Amino acid sequence: MATVETTPSDAVVGRSAPPAKKMGRFNRWDTPWINPKLLSGAALIAAILLLGVLGRIFWNTDLALTGSSPLNLPPVGFTSTRNLVGTWDHPLGTENSGRDLLALIIVGAPNSFLVGVIAAVVGMGVGIFLGFSAGFLGGRVDDIVKLLSDVAVTIPALMVLIVIQSLIRQVEVTTMALLISMFAWPGPTRLIRAQVLTMRESGYVQMAKLSGASTFSIMFREIMPNLIPYLFASFIGNATGAILTAVGLETLGLGPQRVPTLGGTIYYALNAAAILRGMWWWWGLPTILLAIIFIGLLLINLGFDEIANPRLRQASH
Amino acid sequence: MGGMTRGYLLRRVLIFFLTIWIAASIIWLIPRLAPGDPITAMVSRMLSRSGYIRDSAAIIEGWKARFGLNDPLPVQYIRYLSNIIHLDFGYSLAYFPTTVNEIIALALPWTVGLLLIAVFITFILGNFLGAVMVWRGTPRLFRMLIPVGMIFTSLPSILAAIFLIYVFAFLLNWFPMMGPYDIGMQPGFNLAFIGNVIYHGTLPALSIVIVSFGYWSLGMRGMMITVEGEDYMQLARAKGLSPFYVLYRYMVRNAILPQVTAFALTLGGLVSGQVLVEYMFSYQGMGSIIYNAILTQDFPVIQGTSFILILMTALAVLIIDLLYPLIDPRISYERG
Repeated sequence: MATVETTPSDAVVGRSAPPAKKMGRFNRWDTPWINPKLLSGAALIAAILLLGVLGRIFWNTDLALTGSSPLNLPPVGFTSTRNLVGTWDHPLGTENSGRDLLALIIVGAPNSFLVGVIAAVVGMGVGIFLGFSAGFLGGRVDDIVKLLSDVAVTIPALMVLIVIQSLIRQVEVTTMALLISMFAWPGPTRLIRAQVLTMRESGYVQMAKLSGASTFSIMFREIMPNLIPYLFASFIGNATGAILTAVGLETLGLGPQRVPTLGGTIYYALNAAAILRGMWWWWGLPTILLAIIFIGLLLINLGFDEIANPRLRQASH
Repeated sequence: MGGMTRGYLLRRVLIFFLTIWIAASIIWLIPRLAPGDPITAMVSRMLSRSGYIRDSAAIIEGWKARFGLNDPLPVQYIRYLSNIIHLDFGYSLAYFPTTVNEIIALALPWTVGLLLIAVFITFILGNFLGAVMVWRGTPRLFRMLIPVGMIFTSLPSILAAIFLIYVFAFLLNWFPMMGPYDIGMQPGFNLAFIGNVIYHGTLPALSIVIVSFGYWSLGMRGMMITVEGEDYMQLARAKGLSPFYVLYRYMVRNAILPQVTAFALTLGGLVSGQVLVEYMFSYQGMGSIIYNAILTQDFPVIQGTSFILILMTALAVLIIDLLYPLIDPRISYERG
C-alpha cells in the first residue's frame, strides 16, 4: 500500500514523512513514473473516456433523448418486476421516459470529465499564479493570498452553488464548470505557496540566486520542475473535487438540463422511485460509472504521490 | 510561546467574517450577472404552466417595485446584507405564512445531531484505525482494512447512500428507507422514540462514516509514523512502559493534533455531503428542505438554509481554530 497519505484535499499532503525508498536509476524502465497505481488508475479513466468516444461511433446517441425507446426495459438477460424482458436493442435497459441507458452513459460520462478538467485547469492556473506570487514576493501579497485562501477553503462550495444554480435554472456544462472553479483555486494555491516557501530556502535556489539568475528563471527553471508531480496530484485532486460538487448539484436536480449527465440520471431515477420499483439498472449504472471514475482518479493521485514524495525528501534537505 | 496571541485571535475572527461576507456576496452577485430578474423568471414560469395571465407585465412591475428590484444595485446589496446580518430571510414561497427561519428551526437540530454523531464516529474510528495501523502489536489482517477504507474515501457520500439504501433497506429490509423516525410516532423524550431515531439514523450516519473514515486513518497513519521515529518513543520503550500505555499516552496524543486542523479544512465538504445524504434518505434536515425548496422553486428557503449552513461551517472552523492553541501549546501563532 501507499507509504504516503493521500487525500483529495491537497492541503495536507506534506504532513507525513514517508520512509526512504531505494532507487537505482540505471534501468530506463526503472523510472518512478511507471507506477502500478498510476497506470491502473489511468486505465480506468481511459476506459470510461473510450466508452464515451467509441460509444458515439458504434451506438446511436439519439437514444438518449426522451421517448426514443420503449419504457422501463431491464438490461439484457433480466426480467423486470413488470415482466418486461431485456432486449439487445437496449442492452443496458431503458428508463421511465424512454431513454436508452447505454446512450445516456455514453453521452453523460464525458460530461463529468469535462467539468473536472475545466474546473481543475482554471483552479490550477489561478493557483500557480497566486501560489508563486505569495511564496516568492512574500510580505503584503503573501498575507492577502494566505488570508483569501483561508477564507475560500472554509466556504462550503456546494451550498453557494446550490443558491446560484437554483436562480439560474438553465446551466450548460461549461457554465457549471466555471462556477465550480470559483472554489477550485485555494487548494493549489496553498500547496504551491507552501512548496515555494520551502524550496526558496533550499540550496539550489540559493545557488541560482547567487549566480545571478532572474526571479523569473528561478521560478520556472529551478522550482517549477520540482513541483510538477505535486501539480499533477493537485490537478487530479481538484478535478475530483469538481466532479464531486458537480455530481452533488446534478443529483439535486440543479445540473445541466439539456444534456444527460450521470448525476442527472441518478436524480431522475430517485425522483421516479427507481429503487423501490426494482429498476436497479437505472440508478445503478451511473452509480457504478461514477465509482469507477472516482476510484480511477484516486489511484492516479496515489501514484503521483508516490512519485512526488521522494522528491519532497530531497528538496527539504 | 504557546497560547493564543492577540494577532492570531484577530486573524481568525477576521477570517470568519470575511468568509461570511464573501459567501453572501457571491450568492447575491452571480445570479445578478445573469440576464433577467427573479420576478420576471417566476411570472414567466407561471405563464408557461397556466397558459395566460392577464396583465402579466403589470404584475411583474408591481412585484419588482414591492421587492425593491428597481432600486440601484448598491442599495439592493446593502439591504440584502442587512437582512442577512439580522438572519432575516423572509417568507417561504411554498408555505407562505411560514417564515424561512421557522422552517430552518425545525430542521436544524436533526442536521446538527446527525452530523455530530457521524463526525464523532468517523473521527474516532478513523483515527483508531490509523493509529492501530502503525502500532507494532497489530495483527496483519487488520492492516488490510486501510486500503479498503481508502477506496471508499474517494467516493461521494451519495453513492454510499444509494448503495446502503438498496442493500440494507430495499433488499434486506433491515433498516428503514426514509425519515428520521417512524411516521405517526409522537416525538418525545422516551426510550422508544430515541431508539427509533437511532434506528433511522444508522444508515444516513453510516453513509457519511464509510466515505470519510479512510481520510482520517491515512492522516493518522502518517502522523503516527512520524511520531514513531521520535526520541521520546525510544525512551518510553526503554522505560519498559506497557505497549498500550505507550500507544495511547505517547503516540496517539501527539499524532492526533494535526488531525484537528485537518478537520477544520474538511468541514465544508462534510456539510455538503451531509446535505446530499439527508436528501437521499428524506431525513428531516436541511438537505431535504433544500431539495423540496428546489422542487417548489422556493428561493428564500434555498437561500436561507444554504446561508445558515455556510454560517455554521464558518463558525465551527472558528471554534476549532480558537481551541487548537489550547490543545497544542507547542506551536506558536505569531503569524498565521
